[in-house]
Amino acid sequence: MEIVNILVQGILLGGLYALFAAGLSLIFGVMRLVNIAHGDLIVVAAYFAYFTMQALDIGPFTSLIVVVPVIAVFGYALQRGLLNFALGDDLPPLLVTFGLSVIIQNVLLILFTHDSRRLYAGPIEMVSWKFTPDFAIGILPLIQFVVAVLIIGGLQLFFYRTRIGRNFRATSDDPAIAQLMGIENRHIFALAMALSLAVVAVAGVFIAVRTTFNPFYGPQLLIFGFEAVIMGGLGSLWGTLAGGILLGLAQAIGGQINVGLPFTAGHVVFLLVLFLRPQGLFPKVSS
Amino acid sequence: MTGGSKPPPGAKVVHSTIASRIGVAFWIVLVAVLIAIPYWRDRQAMRLLTEIYSFVALASLWNLLAGYAGLVSVGQQAFVGLGGYTLYLCALWAGVNPMLGLPLAGLVGGLISIPIVVLLLKLRGAYFTIGSWVVAELFLQIFQLVPAVGGGSGISLPATVVLSIAKSRSTRESVIYWIFLALAVAVIGVIVILLRTRYGLALQAIRDNETAAKSNGIDVNRARAVVFVVAAAATAIVGSMIFLQKLSITPFSAFSINDWTVNMIFITVIGGVGRVEGPILGTVIYFVLREFLADLASTYLIILGVVAIGVMLKAPKGIWGHVADRFGWQLFPLARRLVRAVQPRAEPVAGLV
Amino acid sequence: MALLEINALTAFYGDFQALYGVSMSVDAGQTVAVIGANGAGKSTLLKAIVGMHPAAPDMIRFEGVPIGGRRSSRIVALGITMVPEGRRLFPSLTVEENLTIGAQLGRSGPWSLARIFELFPILAERRGQKSTLLSGGQQQMVAIGRALMSNPRLLLCDEISLGLAPIVVRDIFRRLPTIIAEGTSVVVVEQDVMQALAVSNYLYCLQEGRVLLEGEPQSLSREAIKAAYFGA
Repeated sequence: MEIVNILVQGILLGGLYALFAAGLSLIFGVMRLVNIAHGDLIVVAAYFAYFTMQALDIGPFTSLIVVVPVIAVFGYALQRGLLNFALGDDLPPLLVTFGLSVIIQNVLLILFTHDSRRLYAGPIEMVSWKFTPDFAIGILPLIQFVVAVLIIGGLQLFFYRTRIGRNFRATSDDPAIAQLMGIENRHIFALAMALSLAVVAVAGVFIAVRTTFNPFYGPQLLIFGFEAVIMGGLGSLWGTLAGGILLGLAQAIGGQINVGLPFTAGHVVFLLVLFLRPQGLFPKVSS
Repeated sequence: MTGGSKPPPGAKVVHSTIASRIGVAFWIVLVAVLIAIPYWRDRQAMRLLTEIYSFVALASLWNLLAGYAGLVSVGQQAFVGLGGYTLYLCALWAGVNPMLGLPLAGLVGGLISIPIVVLLLKLRGAYFTIGSWVVAELFLQIFQLVPAVGGGSGISLPATVVLSIAKSRSTRESVIYWIFLALAVAVIGVIVILLRTRYGLALQAIRDNETAAKSNGIDVNRARAVVFVVAAAATAIVGSMIFLQKLSITPFSAFSINDWTVNMIFITVIGGVGRVEGPILGTVIYFVLREFLADLASTYLIILGVVAIGVMLKAPKGIWGHVADRFGWQLFPLARRLVRAVQPRAEPVAGLV
Repeated sequence: MALLEINALTAFYGDFQALYGVSMSVDAGQTVAVIGANGAGKSTLLKAIVGMHPAAPDMIRFEGVPIGGRRSSRIVALGITMVPEGRRLFPSLTVEENLTIGAQLGRSGPWSLARIFELFPILAERRGQKSTLLSGGQQQMVAIGRALMSNPRLLLCDEISLGLAPIVVRDIFRRLPTIIAEGTSVVVVEQDVMQALAVSNYLYCLQEGRVLLEGEPQSLSREAIKAAYFGA
């Protein structure tokens, strides 16, 4: 039963990783941008939640009501004001977002110091659902997983059943012709970033409830999201869920073998998948 | 590689220009002066210069990867650390003289980079970049976990090894200084020589237009892989020297992205990506800025980041690239001009109005 | 006042000059054909009109207003749109979505999804399919329908015959009169000279970026057109 416990924990954690991946995947799909500062922006959301919680004396999940819209607006401004000028094929997108990553980390360091923090959700952190005497699932991880799946499903619906989603798809297919349809690229890109950051803000708050974070935690999260995207397959939202779950499982099993091993195990599995099936588990045909 | 690309008969490719001749003379004089520095016995100056040389070397290698082969790696710290660990472990386990440890570090770095680059080249563009980060993270974690290589607390260089470089401290410092200078000169020298060959031309073709390069028969992946391995080996050698000087190594210091890669990148971006002069100018600017902003470590990085972003958006070729393109400067003999050996006869061409 | 005026339009691709001071005009209700060999600059001309290629403001006037260099999204809002060369449908969208996205701007006019399906009945059958699954001719119909959905005053058609069998081309051009009857002015860029002559009431012939010949189709001799098209 112990092993089932481990596996379930891995799967539930994978839901969060899938959200990081979904955010990355969304931006890449719409504007071919890989944002190296992606993880750092997740950490910004976590710190902003921390700040909001302190200022308004509310819990982490309530803080989402404030955090998500604010981070989304921030994302819109960031894209419109800076990243729209860094798009392209060559070095600028990579180096600008890399510079942004360094800047964010050091700004956070100045504002919040090196101290590790965690968001406290209160008694719910202790509650678990007992299925059998030796098999229990934490309520919090379960809720987070369900929310993650709902968000991914929601994104899928958004892309395929709404007008804006249709415009996103068109812009990602052919930005020049989308412009010809009256769809302003600059605006769509910024909306995409806003949506992506809204999604990762939720994931950021969730993970900040489970583990500690500090200003330099961003790259770690970027790597998790990235590994989930590559393993799941580019271009497919449900694929990123699969990739996230796979990563969560790898880390859970690795953590069992040796307490220092979870992330390493994840990296190893990632490199294995890259070697054996570079297109990922569920790649979409179009790139 | 590119078969049959000899210049037409009666013509040859000339790499020098007047500007580059002045440039080469300048470098020779500069290096001569720098060689003489230890005789002035200014320890602080020597230490600063040593640091400058290491950054010139590391940034130039990063530039070779990103600016010429089109591979943006944020994982080069993996090889810096690998080089350091190779030197330490060889000295510790096999009593290898640190001077021999340098080429060994290069060998190990080069060999290990081969499977890495094979894997990473399955990723394109930005995904390659993050993949390189994953690899560096993996190294960090492995070295933390394995007690045999020192684990989380690292290794100190035993005194006997340190003494084997030279008996007196001042001689040691001079030797280390000269080795670093030699490394910087060697790295730049190798890069310049590489770029003058057809191979270097192929690299630049790949950088400019990958598809066109492929259709001209260039094996893009192989060219990139070779550059990656060479850069990895050289970075490992520089890394081994850096840690020889530091006298101790831990996984965090060895594989720290902030200590090595961030600086490599900012230096090269600000100085000028894709130009040999770029990292050199970038290093100078970096250290000048550091002099003025030394106390504000985080603020310094923020300012560097802002400058780098500004340069990338407004002058993507960097300060040197921007200025040099304006004035046509070239401090290294890297031009390519086709020069006729024989003067063509002036003939009237019939039928042209 | 002409609906569309092009004044001495120049266009460059880097150092290469594609258009050398081209001037032309389109009156409301006219169907203008622009013919010329490959590389004559026809597509560049259309792209400049619709904002996909840079131009100085005064080089292109729509209803007297200089629009050169404006963003495509703004130009479509004014009532000019293009059926792009190579169709360029959105592969991620179904046929119906490709059509409705054309109505994104919500301009009022005679064209609606129902009317497009009337014009091209085969599309109604395939409305839920991914646009890439259709035949070349059907894709061209979708592309035209998509453009019409924005209810343009001026429709630019960039080589709609390209890559299609002659019978398909005839089938498509047969619908043109219906489109024109709704009051849309049309510019047709074509390599298929016969079709261009058949549908238009004014013709321009471009060669290497210059207008070499212009006039009403019936007043131009075959020889003159051939000479202008291929160059003496």
